[in-house]
Amino acid sequence: MDRLLSGPPLTAGAESYGAHQQRFGLLPAAAARSLIGRLEASNLAGRGGAGFPVGRKWRAVAERANRKGVVLANGAEGEPLSLKDRTIMAARPHLVIDGAVLAADAVGADDIIFYVGAEHQAAEAAMRYALTERSADLRGRARLIQAPRGYVAGEESAAVHFVNAGDARPTITPPRPFERGVGGRPTLVQNVESLAAAALVARGDDAGTSLATLSGAVRRTGVMEIGLDATLAEVAASGGGLVRPVQAVLLGGYFGGWVDINDVWALPLAPGSLRARGHAFGCGVLYFLAEETCGVEATARIIGYLASQSARQCGPCLFGLGAIDAAGRRLAARSAQPDDLKRIARWSGQLAGRGACKHPDGATGLLRSALGVFADDYAAHQRGFCVHRAPAVGRPVAMAQAVA
Amino acid sequence: MREQLQVDRIRCDGHGLCAELLPEVIALDDWGYPIVKAGTIAPTLLEHARKAVDACPVLALKLAHLAEP
Repeated sequence: MDRLLSGPPLTAGAESYGAHQQRFGLLPAAAARSLIGRLEASNLAGRGGAGFPVGRKWRAVAERANRKGVVLANGAEGEPLSLKDRTIMAARPHLVIDGAVLAADAVGADDIIFYVGAEHQAAEAAMRYALTERSADLRGRARLIQAPRGYVAGEESAAVHFVNAGDARPTITPPRPFERGVGGRPTLVQNVESLAAAALVARGDDAGTSLATLSGAVRRTGVMEIGLDATLAEVAASGGGLVRPVQAVLLGGYFGGWVDINDVWALPLAPGSLRARGHAFGCGVLYFLAEETCGVEATARIIGYLASQSARQCGPCLFGLGAIDAAGRRLAARSAQPDDLKRIARWSGQLAGRGACKHPDGATGLLRSALGVFADDYAAHQRGFCVHRAPAVGRPVAMAQAVA
Repeated sequence: MREQLQVDRIRCDGHGLCAELLPEVIALDDWGYPIVKAGTIAPTLLEHARKAVDACPVLALKLAHLAEP
């Protein structure tokens, strides 16, 4: 059974087209016709973060494209704790290209765009070189566009907006990209790992693995391919184990959520298993928060970043996240105003669904998970103290002055 | 015909006239931006909803017609 990262070690750099073909054989071009049905049957969920079913997304474009659709392979990867998209583009560019070609054939697209984060230089170089190794016919249909830096640039309407008008800010939907996207044409915006996984499904694999990026209090940080039936405990073990006791895990990245380690340790990471408990695998980020580290402070850093990444178009996102950020920083610094905790709790329920894109939804979802998992810590910080020894990352901080 | 209020969040500048004209459906958050109650507009409020739509200085509010269920 082939996997996303089977083959030569990642340190060997980009796999050549020759080596790729030796492992996989020719692209099964005829597979495109039946591929949408097989993707639906495989239950492959998108790996960009939202987890939308891949087969259903392809079908929605196929119903409208009339051979004039567009495939936008999304490798913007602005998620700060995620490395997996740049890794698969840098190491297995031909698997990503295979997926994009199959997608174009399956949905009826004559334009393929590889949208690659400008800061992912190794990935961009590998993708550009890999395209030169492919047929003239493919090169004529494909182009690579640098995605600008920033968290929101990878949001699908923002990606389409950037290709159309050089402006990587989200637009009002509907119309969604599958209805009217690049050049006004039905557009499939699909994460690069999802495309690579689709290329495996086309060859008869079951898409039972996913890429994850491990960080925090785990021995081996970085990108790992995991079986989706593996539990978090098993994944941590294959990451060399934990380096110190862990209290919580950030699951799914900055738009994901904190989960108490005891609630998730024995849980399989398959999307359905997580969804049943209100969690999401998202883009595969697994950050292990050590016992000694303060969750209030870690959350304040994340919210601070997300507030800074607002496209500043919609009032609830700009002002709401700004206010949550300011109150969250005061709480983290143990210098809260009297009602800061009450206010961020209230605001955390008010912003979802009130932006052009899901940025406020993602940020407040993360905050709500923190208010639950770190409830005692928030209450302590509101009263001016912290029971944790270590700051979230790096910088020295005085030991807590008092303990409840 | 069932009708629902929709806000173009990019256009909306938080003038707040909609909440004055239709307080039964629209509240304002701490920064003056509308929070629209979920669901369709009751027939008795439709006239007020249309006035709120017309009053928006940046044309950010609209009444969308939903197909019959």
